[in-house]
Amino acid sequence: MKESRFDYRKQKKLIVVLFTIIPIALLLVFSYYPLLKMIQYSLTDWDGFSPSSHFVGLQNYKTVFTNPTYFSVFRTSLYYFIATFFQLGLALLFATLLSFKVKFANFWKGILFFPYLLNGVAIGFIFLYFYKQNGTLDTVMNFIGLKGQIHLWLGDRSINNISLAFTSIWRYTGFNFLIFLGAIQSINPEVYEAAEMDGANRWAQFKYIIIPGIKEILFLNIILGVSGSLSVFDIPYIMTSGSNGTNTFVIQTIDTAFKYNKLGLASAMAIVLLAIVVVVTVIQRLATRERGAK
Amino acid sequence: MVQSKKFTIGAFFKYLILVIGAIVALLPILVVFLGSFKSNNEFLTTSVLSLPKHLDFSNYKTAFVNGQMLIGFKNTLIIFVISMAGKLLLGSAFAYAVNRFDFKLKKTIMSLFMVAMLIPAITSQVATFQIINNMGLFNKIWSVIILNLGTDVISIYIFLQYLNEIPVSLDESAFLDGANYFQIFYKIILPNLKAPMVTILIISGVAIYNDFYNPFLYMPDSNLKVISTALFAFKGPYGTNWPVILAGVIIVILPILIVFLSLQKYIYNGVVGSVK
Repeated sequence: MKESRFDYRKQKKLIVVLFTIIPIALLLVFSYYPLLKMIQYSLTDWDGFSPSSHFVGLQNYKTVFTNPTYFSVFRTSLYYFIATFFQLGLALLFATLLSFKVKFANFWKGILFFPYLLNGVAIGFIFLYFYKQNGTLDTVMNFIGLKGQIHLWLGDRSINNISLAFTSIWRYTGFNFLIFLGAIQSINPEVYEAAEMDGANRWAQFKYIIIPGIKEILFLNIILGVSGSLSVFDIPYIMTSGSNGTNTFVIQTIDTAFKYNKLGLASAMAIVLLAIVVVVTVIQRLATRERGAK
Repeated sequence: MVQSKKFTIGAFFKYLILVIGAIVALLPILVVFLGSFKSNNEFLTTSVLSLPKHLDFSNYKTAFVNGQMLIGFKNTLIIFVISMAGKLLLGSAFAYAVNRFDFKLKKTIMSLFMVAMLIPAITSQVATFQIINNMGLFNKIWSVIILNLGTDVISIYIFLQYLNEIPVSLDESAFLDGANYFQIFYKIILPNLKAPMVTILIISGVAIYNDFYNPFLYMPDSNLKVISTALFAFKGPYGTNWPVILAGVIIVILPILIVFLSLQKYIYNGVVGSVK
């Protein structure tokens, strides 16, 4: 008896070590080690391949914050950040519509959600085709008599970031829509029935039942939108390669590292972005905790 | 009377909004589908909205053969199968150990996993690239596979959620019957984790199929093209040959469409579940 218990204790140790060691090793090697390395690189002028590099202190951080080539690209994020609100608004609109009785509900749900599943490169080409001269958008605008409003959608600096931000809305609305729909449908149906008996119309139901019911998830999605708009990469990279003022901070970081071989500077940029994302997330966590406590 | 009239107007707007939404969601894809069948000449002379004259699949053939999409599908499939097997095995085993046993540093380890979720993967590529390179994995298919495994926290969380719902009494009765912990894991726990496995297969499966920057950064070799990078490569040589590009886009979309239509419910549940 004594021996077998000892045996199980040994077995337990073995299973804990055996079952956790690989994920922990992978986590350390691919999440934390790069982080440490990035902090280290960011203090040097390393180009990514030379055997030697020089310690430059906080020079790279100074460059990120003072040289307009690097910091001004955050302005592009504003377009995506504002787009987030349109995206959430649309997602909420469709989620609300489909949470009431609708014919072919699954059909609408599927169509609205499908774009979210698509390959980013495919979306890039779909919208290059959509915005090209005499492409889909131009044809539709001709058709409805808005010929005068036609632009070079991806070339014209006054509008190209909006075109790209719209692409992002098209891609991600379905995701938010599905999350909102799930949240709305988890509200107890008896609440609606009671409200209806009290004579509450749809708008009142939306304002006093749906919005309070999904407040948490709405807030979470806004926060996700902030970090999402800071780390936009593939749509502008595939569609415009960041040209004509469509550069985003992440494209700039990747280019600085791999195209211009300024790994030290690129690391500083990555750390700055990471710091912002962490701050935003911590604020979100604290805010949700406070609400939870109330 | 007033009530019913209001309702029909309301219903009209409801469906109007849904129809507009559906058109905006579908039209960009639909025109790509139409254009993919047109010959070059037809493409230049007709409107993007016009139907193709014939159902001509030659653009598809060109895209598939010259675009090396077969290599793309093959590599994507290899990455998918190995990554998924690894994720499911490592994730379920890890979750079992964490959920059922107490050990030193357990809390620290869990918070390390939590905090790691905050790091946007794309930003750390700057340093990850050096690590992959030093491991000698640059331009090897294992680079992308190991990154898929190494940065996967979500599947561990999904497994942990489900493990909470498997009663410990099941383990205990098996234990009393003389099973050891390994047997409990693969005879009791694993069969009860089918639901989260389906969720993870779908969520991670779609992500792996659509992954662009990992293969793009780590496997520039043309024999290591995956489906995303094979399509991206159309940007150069086919610069103006839209019909072939459009056929390539449809080829990439088609498998996802089929998966979506056949597994709709699981996909919805999976996406919603992964956020909680």
